[in-house]
Amino acid sequence: MIPLADLVGFVMIAALVLYALGAGADFGGGVWDWFASGPRAQRQRDLISQAIGPIWEANHVWLILVVVLLFVAFPPVFAAMSIALHIPLAVMLVGIVLRGSAFVFRSHDVQTDDVQRRWSRLFAVGSIVAPVMLGVCTGAVASGSIRVDRETGVVQSNFISQWLQPFPFAIGFWTLALFAFLAAVYLTNETADNELREDFRRRALAAGFTVAFFALVSFILAERGAPLIRSGLSREWWSMPFQIATGLISVGALAAVGLRRYRLARILAMAQIAAIIGGWGLAQFPYLIGPDLTFANSAAPERVLRDLTIALAVGALLLFPSLWYLFRIFKSPAKMGN
Amino acid sequence: MSDLFAARSQMAMSLAFHIIFAAVGIAMPVMMVIAEGMWLRSREEVYLTLAKQWAKGTAILFAVGAVSGTVLSFELGLLWPEFMRYAGAIIGMPFSLEGFAFFLEAIFLGIYLYGWKRVSPRAHWWAGVVVAVSGMISGVFVVTANAWMNTPAGFEIIDGKPANIQPIAAMLNPAALHQVIHMTIAAYAAVGFAVAAIHAFMLRRDAQNAFHRRAFAIAFSLGAFMAVLQPLSGDFLARQVFHYQPAKLAAMEGQFTTESHAPLHIGGWPDEKSGTISHDLEIPDGLSLLVYHKTSGEIKGLNAFPRDQWPPVAVVHLSFDIMVGCGMAMMLTGLLGAWLAFRKKNPCDQRWFLLLAILTGPLGFVAIETGWTVTEVGRQPWIIYGIMRTANAVTPMPHLIVPFVSFTLLYVFLGFVVIFLLKRQVFQSPKSFREERRTP
Repeated sequence: MIPLADLVGFVMIAALVLYALGAGADFGGGVWDWFASGPRAQRQRDLISQAIGPIWEANHVWLILVVVLLFVAFPPVFAAMSIALHIPLAVMLVGIVLRGSAFVFRSHDVQTDDVQRRWSRLFAVGSIVAPVMLGVCTGAVASGSIRVDRETGVVQSNFISQWLQPFPFAIGFWTLALFAFLAAVYLTNETADNELREDFRRRALAAGFTVAFFALVSFILAERGAPLIRSGLSREWWSMPFQIATGLISVGALAAVGLRRYRLARILAMAQIAAIIGGWGLAQFPYLIGPDLTFANSAAPERVLRDLTIALAVGALLLFPSLWYLFRIFKSPAKMGN
Repeated sequence: MSDLFAARSQMAMSLAFHIIFAAVGIAMPVMMVIAEGMWLRSREEVYLTLAKQWAKGTAILFAVGAVSGTVLSFELGLLWPEFMRYAGAIIGMPFSLEGFAFFLEAIFLGIYLYGWKRVSPRAHWWAGVVVAVSGMISGVFVVTANAWMNTPAGFEIIDGKPANIQPIAAMLNPAALHQVIHMTIAAYAAVGFAVAAIHAFMLRRDAQNAFHRRAFAIAFSLGAFMAVLQPLSGDFLARQVFHYQPAKLAAMEGQFTTESHAPLHIGGWPDEKSGTISHDLEIPDGLSLLVYHKTSGEIKGLNAFPRDQWPPVAVVHLSFDIMVGCGMAMMLTGLLGAWLAFRKKNPCDQRWFLLLAILTGPLGFVAIETGWTVTEVGRQPWIIYGIMRTANAVTPMPHLIVPFVSFTLLYVFLGFVVIFLLKRQVFQSPKSFREERRTP
């Protein structure tokens, strides 16, 4: 039987994947709001609002779940990340606050152009800042630069040099590009309007190539910036095939967009996100904050993990049918495009 | 400003901001569900319009509540990493369950706000019910976690580290039930009164507007009912504080000396240096009476505790008295409204009563803020009562004044926008619904 700590770790990775697939695309929607242009700018914005309006708050909760799981199951990890990454996390929060509030303010404020444009700008800025900072934090954790004294839990940090490096920012922009790609692919599926679909197809292609660019940059920078991850990615027999598969899925997603196979593109883009995050999780294992904090030395006591697992199982029984209901109401093909 | 003080200020500011939206998220769905339920039963259009109007306001407030709540969940670590390192595993159960409750709330609120035309009226109403129930439950879980900081339970301390953690026992700590009841009632009462006040204001301009009359009736009934219950739960909670946190109770009451016929000090200025309270209204035996329900009974004064374990007395005492004063005013207003209704006089027709409702409108939120101050400042200098000091929990991060000022400015900005947007909505009152004038 696998240890409970590993199981919770798996749930966290799964929750992060779902966060990226849902909220990530919502952030991506904000990016395309920023780049809305041409004769159909307003229609592009409307489609984005319509797509994310009913679901963004539910999608957002995955992040809270990840944070809670982190501090319940691995308290020293949460403490160490909160100390070393205080600044990027705080900036990310500002982004999250601005994105969410500007989005609702825009739909409830007067519908004149200048007022709407102001809220749109704020909404877009928040949607861009939050994923970049999320990626920076992830990159900093992956880089192995956060050192923690295993005995005292004291974090050796100057609060800056752990994250203000090329590698974390490459991951930050990669994250943003991925979310923008995902959003554009979703949006091609969410309209019956052919012109709009073509608009988002072009955007998806642009974002897809940007994703490839930052993937390459991150890979190159990882050699010096994240040696632990690089070795993790090349350690096991499965890692090479896994990376090749991830690459093929990514190319396939892009190709499907190019060939206007939008439903296939959506499936592949989702698989691509899952493969990247899952691969990161596998490469990190058994470290949470390498090389000091591992699953084994930072997990909460067995009793806590057991109760937490039960709570997760019960919660999932309520959550997944509700989510299915939500998406059936707002995202089923029959209801699209009206 | 020291980093510790900046961290405490940022936490206090974040909580003070979030708690307003959290209370709205708990109570507004109940009122929407009542209004929509009345529409389903009577098919009177005015109730549907009301439910939709309230839903619009709730959409704005809920979004700000959701994002400011996210900030708080991170701030636990950003500001108090040592607390989370120590307590994260112990208090994780309520937070995990809250995560799911909040999930359901967000999912069904999405359905409620955007699904008017996509699901059947009955399914829509049930979505509202789920929002109301999960919103309430999510508040309950968060408050149990706070109660744990007041009355830590469910673990042992071995070599200075927590051991034998029992998450369920920690969640069901001694203060949990008392605090949960008090806070939940407070949310309903505060929101009921605040919404009633807005509609009372409109009714004073447009007395026969059926829309505002129905809105006032629902909001005021909810607020009044809860305001009448609240003193009972306050008594229940205060006597619990007396048993588990005697220093906090002494600070709340401005009681410095240990006495067996302790008087009740209302108002006044407690002076920590001299250990006396001045300019207060003193009711002989009052405090003993409240705690023991008889005139004699020993109350420990602050002097019974080491000086470095006192909370800031003046803040706690005055906050407590303001909270009680607001609660009393709301209770009396609620009773008065009930009496008017009992005498078959519609409170909506009494201009003086509408004015009273406007004046008492903000008091529920004043009581929530001051009551929260009593809980939090009254627990000082501890972050975990009797176990960990706040000063030992703070992050080593320097210059904490920067995030404090940044988040304060951000929240002030959001606060202004929210008020502005709500105001615009409130003044769009539907004119088509007229009440037929009854014979005077």
